[in-house]
Amino acid sequence: MSIVSAQLLTKEYGIIKAVDGIDFVITPGECFGFLGPNGAGKTTVMRIISCFLPPTSGTVTVFGLEVNSDPSVIKSRLGVMPQDDNLDPDLSVFENLIVYARYFDIPKKKAVPIAHELLEFVELQDRGRMNIKELSGGMKRRLLLARSLVNNPEILILDEPTTGLDPHSRRAVWEKLNNLKFRNTTLLLTTHYMEEAERLCDRVAIMDSGRIITIDTPQNLMELHGGGNLEDVYLKLTGRNLAD
Amino acid sequence: MQIKRAWRVLQRHWTVYTKLYKSSFALNFIEPVLYLVAMGMGLGVFVQDINGQPYIKFIGPGIIASSSMFAAVYECTYGTYIRMTFQKTFDAILATPVNLDDLIAAELTWAAIKSVIYGLTIMLVVALFGLVDSPLLLLAIPVIFLCGLIFAEVSMITTALVPGIDSFSYFYTLFMTPLFLFSGVFFPVETLPRAVAGIAWFTPLYHLVNICRAFAAGNTDHMFGSIVWIVVVAAALAPVPFRLMRRRVIQ
Repeated sequence: MSIVSAQLLTKEYGIIKAVDGIDFVITPGECFGFLGPNGAGKTTVMRIISCFLPPTSGTVTVFGLEVNSDPSVIKSRLGVMPQDDNLDPDLSVFENLIVYARYFDIPKKKAVPIAHELLEFVELQDRGRMNIKELSGGMKRRLLLARSLVNNPEILILDEPTTGLDPHSRRAVWEKLNNLKFRNTTLLLTTHYMEEAERLCDRVAIMDSGRIITIDTPQNLMELHGGGNLEDVYLKLTGRNLAD
Repeated sequence: MQIKRAWRVLQRHWTVYTKLYKSSFALNFIEPVLYLVAMGMGLGVFVQDINGQPYIKFIGPGIIASSSMFAAVYECTYGTYIRMTFQKTFDAILATPVNLDDLIAAELTWAAIKSVIYGLTIMLVVALFGLVDSPLLLLAIPVIFLCGLIFAEVSMITTALVPGIDSFSYFYTLFMTPLFLFSGVFFPVETLPRAVAGIAWFTPLYHLVNICRAFAAGNTDHMFGSIVWIVVVAAALAPVPFRLMRRRVIQ
């Protein structure tokens, strides 16, 4: 059974092949990580799954629906936590959630308790009336996570969820994500932190130059390729070390 | 495009507007008052009556038209551009069931609504100055909406094409300023050489000024052509911003 699958997925920007004929299958409830150096095509894959970009060729299905066919239906069941802060700076913390819920046709009566619950989940319950500008980087990330959950998504897409965070905030985000895993939300994430992948991901795909080099569990990869941790495996497989 | 989803984006703009309007609303009044006082009362003393009207009465409806134009243009140039790039509001919204066409439809409609908000505000100011003869002026509202749509479309096309925010200064200097000066707001274009006056006919502001001026005077004789012009151009331009924004946002 698959919740997301891709066959021969290719994405070209002009003459540049960002994604080059990749296949993968993601099963419901798993946490799947895309790892790879900058420019490997991870974000592009995420953007295609979230119906942001159309594939150049190949097929991608989410919930059994093709991404090209009816993006609105797919998007109504997805949550997306983007790499950059795209919170609405003209709205308060609380309003950000309420206005976002409205895009999903959630009436205000329902949205208000959802917003309170989510703010509590990400430990921002006392910050509801604050302006976005007043939030720290870690708080913004947590609010983005809360916002991505307003429609109670079946799949949560996380593009570098902890980049730029201090160790405390990073652990706070991990804890929330583990929580969601426990509730059977399918998690798709990209990361540059191998520790993060080791802790969260059931399986990882290691990408380089638009291709998938391997897909496996972190444990299997470490056993197969040696090395005490995923970072060693990653450096070995992506052919990059400090000399490059 | 789906109306309900575009409506969601309009609601967002309205929520933000009603939060911030207290600061921006007062400013709406100040600019037309400055024009009326400086041009109408100051310069107007030295200007002979135009078509039997004192100068200040002549420019009043023109300022209604030009202010409503600038409202839509600012919204779909700087406003849209900032939401699309710096604030990444587009990215946030496009991760929801709202699609790009819904979003662009909402941006254009919102700009036209802002034209109406500004138009109404300035109408009130001009009326308070005692420069309106006829309540027919209120009939200009739907025309202001449609013309606002044209300005929104032109601005959105520009926004889809500019490489960066600084490039808007070309649009303002080379397109908006001539439009503002040569569309009959401050003097009848007929006083210009014929060839130059003829160009005015091809610009939306010229027609809107005509209509506002005629309605304010309670004279509806010569506006049919201008209304047809606005309807046709608003409809004909409509597909272009959608196509160009798709090209810009979805690669």
